[in-house]
Formats: sequence, C-alpha cells, structure tokens
Amino acid sequence: MNALSVRGLSKTYRNGVEALRGIDLDVERGDFFALLGPNGAGKTTLIGIITSLVNKSGGSASVFGHDIEGELEAAKACIGIVPQEINFNMFETPFTIVVNQAGFYGIPRAVARERAEKYLKQLQLWEKRNGISRGLSGGMKRRLMIARALMHEPRLLILDEPTAGVDIEIRRSMWDFLREINARGTTIILTTHYLEEAETLCRNIAIISGGRIVERDRMSSLLRRLHVETFVLNLREPLAVAPPLAGYLVRLVDDHTLEVEVSKEESLNGIFARLTALGIEVLSMRNKVNRLEEIFMQLVEARAGAGDAPRNGAALPAGAGRAAARLGTPT
Amino acid sequence: MSSVAGTTAAPIRLNVVRWIGFKTIVIREYGRIIRIWGQTIVPSVVTAVLYFAIFGSLIGRRVGAMDGFDYKQYIAPGLIMMSVITNSYGNVVASFFGAKFGKHVEELLVSPLPNWVIVGGYAAGGLVRGVLVGVAVTLVSLVFTHLPLQHLLVVLAALLLTSLTFGLGGFLNALFAKNFDQVNWIPSFVLTPLTYFGGVFYSVNLLPEWARSLSYANPILYMVNAFRFGFLGVSDVDVGSAFALMTASAVVLFALAVGLMNRGAGIRE
Repeated sequence: MNALSVRGLSKTYRNGVEALRGIDLDVERGDFFALLGPNGAGKTTLIGIITSLVNKSGGSASVFGHDIEGELEAAKACIGIVPQEINFNMFETPFTIVVNQAGFYGIPRAVARERAEKYLKQLQLWEKRNGISRGLSGGMKRRLMIARALMHEPRLLILDEPTAGVDIEIRRSMWDFLREINARGTTIILTTHYLEEAETLCRNIAIISGGRIVERDRMSSLLRRLHVETFVLNLREPLAVAPPLAGYLVRLVDDHTLEVEVSKEESLNGIFARLTALGIEVLSMRNKVNRLEEIFMQLVEARAGAGDAPRNGAALPAGAGRAAARLGTPT
Repeated sequence: MSSVAGTTAAPIRLNVVRWIGFKTIVIREYGRIIRIWGQTIVPSVVTAVLYFAIFGSLIGRRVGAMDGFDYKQYIAPGLIMMSVITNSYGNVVASFFGAKFGKHVEELLVSPLPNWVIVGGYAAGGLVRGVLVGVAVTLVSLVFTHLPLQHLLVVLAALLLTSLTFGLGGFLNALFAKNFDQVNWIPSFVLTPLTYFGGVFYSVNLLPEWARSLSYANPILYMVNAFRFGFLGVSDVDVGSAFALMTASAVVLFALAVGLMNRGAGIRE
C-alpha cells in the first residue's frame, strides 16, 4: 500500500488559474520523497488538497488507502503537516499549542503532555515552552511547527519548506532529526527551495511545473542523468581573468577560485594538462554539490519552453539562477 | 535532536477522537476567556453596574413598578440575558475570525475532526463565556436587588439555548467576515438594536399596537422573556413558543454552519 496515491488530481481556482492539471503521483510507504518545483508550480495546492485545506476540482487522492473523500477523517489522522507559513496562535505558549494539537487528533491530555515534553526537548524548545510564541525566533517557530506535526505521531509527515529562514547549524540538526523519523518508518514528503537539502535527504523525487509532474524518478537515477558536472578549483596564484580553456566552460569566481564544467564523457586530465601549460597551479579541487539544481533547471526550463512557465512572477529555488546561467542548454 | 515517533497503524477510534477533540476546543476557548479576562468578563460586569446604578437606582425610582415588580428586579433578567447574548456571540466571532486571520484555524481544518465537532466546539466555547458572564452579572444584580428564582430549569434552559444560538450566529459571522469591520457590523447594527428593543428594559404591553406587533418579530424578545419567566414568573410571550423558537434557531444555525463548513465557505479555496 502506498503512503500517498494521487490520480488525475486537478485544481482550477475561481480566478481561472489552473494550479494542477491532472496529476498522478505515488509515494511509497517509508519513503523520503522530494516534491520540487518553482513557486506557483502547484506544490502547495497539491499539499492543500491532500490535507483538505483546498477543495479539488477533479481526480482522487488516498493516504494509506484512505480516500480523502470517502474516509477523510481516517486519511487526515495519518497526516502530519508542517506548512510553509507560520500558522499557530502567536499568543499561546509552545506547550499549549502542541498539547492542544494532540487533542485535535484524539490524544488524551496526559499522553499529550508527555509527548509535548519529548518533542519540545528534541527540537530544543523546552526552555521556551511557557513563553508567548510570538517571541520565538524564526527558526524556533519552524521547529515548533515540526513538534506540533509530530504530536499525534503521524504515518505521513508533509514538510512544506520546513527549513526556510533557519540557520545552517539548526538546519543540519533538523536534517538528522528528519532522517531519524524516516528511519523509524514515517513516510516523509518534503518540499524545499534548498535543492541540496532534497539531494541530501530524499530517495525519490518528483518535479512539478506548471501544474504537471514533469519528472518522477529515484534521486540517484535522476542525478546520473546529469551530463555535466562542475568542479571548483583553488589556485595557488591569483588570476585577473578566467583562462581560455577551449572546450570547457570556465568562470572565475574570485581571484583564487575557478569553476569548470566538465562533460561526464571527458577526462579531467585534459583540464589539468591545459592549466599546467598555462602555468596555473591547482592546490585543491572539489565537486560542486548542487547537481540537482542543474537538473531542476533543465526540466523547468524545458517546461517553460513548452509554454508552461511558472506563473505570477514565480521565483526559482536558491541557486537555480546560477545553474541556469552556467548550463544554458537542456540535455 | 533525536528519537521520534512510532509509526504503527493503530486503529482509529473516531468517536474517541471526536470527543477528545471537542473537549480540547472547549478547553482552548476557556483558556482564551480566562487569559484575556479583562476583555471577556470585566466589561459586562462594569456595564451591568452602570445600568443598575443609572436605570435601576436613579431613573428606576421614577419609573415605579413594572408588571408588579420593582424596576430593578424587572430589568435584572434582561440585563443578564443581554450580557449573555453579547458575550456568546462576541466570543465565537472574535475567536474564530482571529483563528482565520492568524491562519491557526488550519490546525483544526487539517485534523481528523469533522466540521460538526469544530462548530460544536466553538459554540460550546461561546456557551462557556455566556454562562461565566451571566453568573458574574447575576452576582452584580444581587448587589442591587433581590432576584427571586421561580423556575430554575427554565432559567438554565433559556441560558443554554440563547448562548448556543448566539454562539452559532457569531460563528456564521466569522465564517463570512473578511476583515475586522465585518466582525463588528452585525453586533453594532443588528444585535444591539434588537437587544434594546427586545424587552430588556420594558414590557411590550406598554407599547402601541403596531410597535408591539413589530416586537413579536424580534427573536430576542422571546429569549429575554423566557429567562425573565424563570426568575420572576412573568412573561410578555408564551414561554412554550419561546423555547420552540430558541431550539429551532439553534438547530437551524448549527445545520447552516456545518453545511457551509462542509462546502468550505470562507475557509477553503
């Protein structure tokens, strides 16, 4: 049984915007699944329909076999949601917020108090439990929403940009936390603008653009399809301009750093031979990690070229603009 | 950050979920009422003191008896009911619209609670505030006058049904309201005039025929008089009809609120 199964799901808003155009999607039980797409692609609408915050126009969806029309209560009992926007009562305390949320899922108050302590401690919010939530920092508010979503120990956890505005240290510890939840059996669907996050955490991926799924694959299979990789070279001596390396796309990031794109069929020896011939000494080299970013841009741009451009001045994920500038041509 | 949720599929006992969910909404509403008691309880107490001091003690002396009762005694049930109506309505409209405005209504909308439990929970929250304020204003009344109690069950039933009816009215108002102005329109331009013309301060028998006939179209007249009958044993309307009207109003408003929630009116795209 799939954790989530969606068939022909469509949504047209009253203003005529077609947010979803007949989406089919399966998310396996236990998966850590990335749902990516530019702003306005339909991700939040899809999540909204699954969690019953948005009425669908057509199609069907089921959560662990419970249809969201016929067995809505059972379907919703399986889901924990961390929304994109802060949506708790700012005048209540974190402790009250999570305990009440458990109550809405039928968790007795005594059990809810125990769980509140457990999750608030795990998410490093226990010290703040009795303060007004409005006073929490942005990262704390995000963590509070994760704690709230876990209070009924859902089988499917949907995270809509959970680490937006969270500093790197906290983000990394949240990644560990989410990995652990997933390892214990909770299916996770993640939408994020940090493509590194999706690449690091998720095993399967769907890319949505213009209200359609434009790609659905294993993360590893998708990344293998990338024909070009980018390497970052640290130089011993400073350079004023990027050296001419015929056949390679080269960019001078700063006077000691070069980025070079290399086709997967090409040998790296050729680059070093040419750099050596130019008298440029390389101290170290690393692979640039945002490979998913590059695939993402190719797919989204291909869709945009087909007339399904992101709507309403849609923004692209962090770093995607750079990738577009570097790559230029779709595979 | 470490260690989390178990994920086995325990059977979902929907009735247990609904009952605990309902209680949680009521507890949350009670917490809100107590947390901001300066806004929820105190104003009605102050208003009641002013009414008793001015209309009861100063002007009331010149008015004399009304339906055989001292004027302060006569207006006391009406003043209590006026507070109940205002506060039941105000509690639900403010709380539910606040939840919509702050988006924390989504906590309930994504939960497995059916809409009738959500509506019932908010209406019960209105009832809690109506009763708390009703008790507070009754205590104020007892400072100014003696209040006989003829029919306890009638008092309790009228209090319950009126609170529920106006709590549900407040819920509908909040459902349709798109801004804070629209939250205040109904209380200011509908509820207050109907309450003042609903027999709180006078018997409709004092009115000319046309005004009396018009008053019988005012549902608040029935609620105030049923409540007054419970205390004083006198009423301008048939008490049985008053209870039929209150029960029907509560049932119709509840069905309407649940139906609109099911359609997603005012809460879902």
